[in-house]
Amino acid sequence: MINKQAIKKRVAIKVMEMVAGYEEEIILNCINFEVYEGEIFVILGGSGCGKSTLLKHLIGLNYPMAGNIVIDGVDITDDKGGNLQQVLRQCGILFQSGALFSSMTVAENVALPMQEHTDLPAPYIDNIVKMKLAQVSLTGYENHLPSEISGGMRKRAGLARAMALNPKILFFDEPSAGLDPITSAELDQLIIRLNRSYGTTMVIVTHELPSIFTVAHRVIMLDKRFKSIIAEGSPQYLRDNSQNPYVRQFFNRES
Amino acid sequence: MTILSKNLTNLYSFSQESPGKLTIHFHDRLDVSNAALFIKEFKVLLRTHKPDNLVIDLKKLNHLDDYGVSVLVELKKIMGNQRGNFSLTNVSEKIEEILTMHRFSVLGQHSISERKTSPNFFTHLGNVTINLGSEMGFILTFLGDTCFSFLRFLRHPGSLRLNDTIENMKRVGLDALPIVGLISFLLGLIMAFMSSVQLQQFGANIYVASLVGISMTRELGPIMTAIIVAGRSGSSFAAEIGTMKISEEVDALSTMGINPNLFLVLPRVLAACLVVPVLTLFSDLFAIAGGLLVGVTMLDLTISGYTNQTINTLTLFDVFWGVFKSGIFAILISWTGCLKGFQVKGGAAGVGQATTSAVVSSIFLIVLSDSLLVVILRYWNG
Repeated sequence: MINKQAIKKRVAIKVMEMVAGYEEEIILNCINFEVYEGEIFVILGGSGCGKSTLLKHLIGLNYPMAGNIVIDGVDITDDKGGNLQQVLRQCGILFQSGALFSSMTVAENVALPMQEHTDLPAPYIDNIVKMKLAQVSLTGYENHLPSEISGGMRKRAGLARAMALNPKILFFDEPSAGLDPITSAELDQLIIRLNRSYGTTMVIVTHELPSIFTVAHRVIMLDKRFKSIIAEGSPQYLRDNSQNPYVRQFFNRES
Repeated sequence: MTILSKNLTNLYSFSQESPGKLTIHFHDRLDVSNAALFIKEFKVLLRTHKPDNLVIDLKKLNHLDDYGVSVLVELKKIMGNQRGNFSLTNVSEKIEEILTMHRFSVLGQHSISERKTSPNFFTHLGNVTINLGSEMGFILTFLGDTCFSFLRFLRHPGSLRLNDTIENMKRVGLDALPIVGLISFLLGLIMAFMSSVQLQQFGANIYVASLVGISMTRELGPIMTAIIVAGRSGSSFAAEIGTMKISEEVDALSTMGINPNLFLVLPRVLAACLVVPVLTLFSDLFAIAGGLLVGVTMLDLTISGYTNQTINTLTLFDVFWGVFKSGIFAILISWTGCLKGFQVKGGAAGVGQATTSAVVSSIFLIVLSDSLLVVILRYWNG
């Protein structure tokens, strides 16, 4: 399942000495890690450990208190405006509930980034939208409004929109949350397929164990008490060999 | 999108082995970065060469994505329309996988965009009628619900959410006082100034006080206050309840056995009904003060002269009539705002529509009920 040969050791994302938090409270202290190109990288941890906070910093929604975040060779903490915009065009983000624009149909949602950022004529965009929706098994739902489809479909439509411009890096915020096991497994397969065909780097925030073992090449685990990374490596290795009992507990689903 | 290569000559070449047969060789990549340029280029190429056999050589192609596939689909479609042949050669395993993933073999055989056809006139008319009917049904049910909530409140006063009601009174009343005061003051000032131009000619300056007093307390005070409240609070009720509706908070209330109407509507309607009349009284006072300013500074009236004239002209009935009307306006505004909130469907756009509709309907209802009240008063007095 895990295609280690596919991982080229070129750094796609590098986080250096990052401190994150809200106002006075520090949530993550001194975070250091690297994500390599073409890798499926999972950020995990218990509730409230700062997974979502870390993701928000990676995609530039929040600004770190200290430290640097370099994506694709560009430091997004360096200059708040230009650099970030440049980097974000190479990134796709799937939000937890899809974040589709409710006034637009599914097809219009997926077409929006293409209309804004490419010179393609409308019929081609239609064509590609169809392909994108077919990839996430939403053929036939082009003209539905987001309010007319189910939660799982909204999430898949959100994924189609995140993939619209074939980004180099895809960020997922809890992709399997609220999905049934079959849809969730299909989504995992889709993630693996996209990673293999396009070499897309994927950063996934989740705590769904089955999906972590299926897709992840490498994980980092955050902890609330230490406010930092307590484990890094492949999930199978951490499950069996971690020195930290909490990490073994987490991967073996023990209380 | 960043265009990686504006120069397409490195990315493809073509050869014509025999008349009518054109081979396009792709090099390196055919993807999101150059699809738009290829499309333009190939349209010209096919127009000039007019091949009836197009061969695409993918031997040197390393990178293909769905944007690239769509270029190939388009070429296939153009050749299909001209009844020419289209074929791919030297397809590597990796490229084949991507083509299969995007179902290249079935794409381009039929038109991609199948828009919903707009229904004919009669279907449309039928739909509108059915929608109107169900909307009327909803409004009546909602009205009934509100009345029942009110009756329940009368029997069990404890069932009202007192804190919410007080909070709403603050938001609708106290927070609106500065803007109501300012607008009424300016309105009184304008009225006094405009009428003085006419009345001065007859030396009837003193009647400016009567004019401002009567028109503000009976008509303009209640109406201006109601319009400001509709804009401030009616809209906010609709937006707040609408957002609660789409995020399933209203459903959560019902499942907890709490009547959403009693929980959300009654505190707002009662709060508005209590504070809007008070706001109207303030509006009257500020308007009279505005008139007074013009009277004293421009019309040689004394403060006591102006106030005496106002007090002599106004009857207690005028003031109470204005206050009574504003109570009715308050019920209409707050109830309409809540109703529109409960009618929200869909997402953010639905909330926007509901907010607009709440303000427009409120203002319409204010003017409509005011005209009805004028007619009623006319026959009642006369």
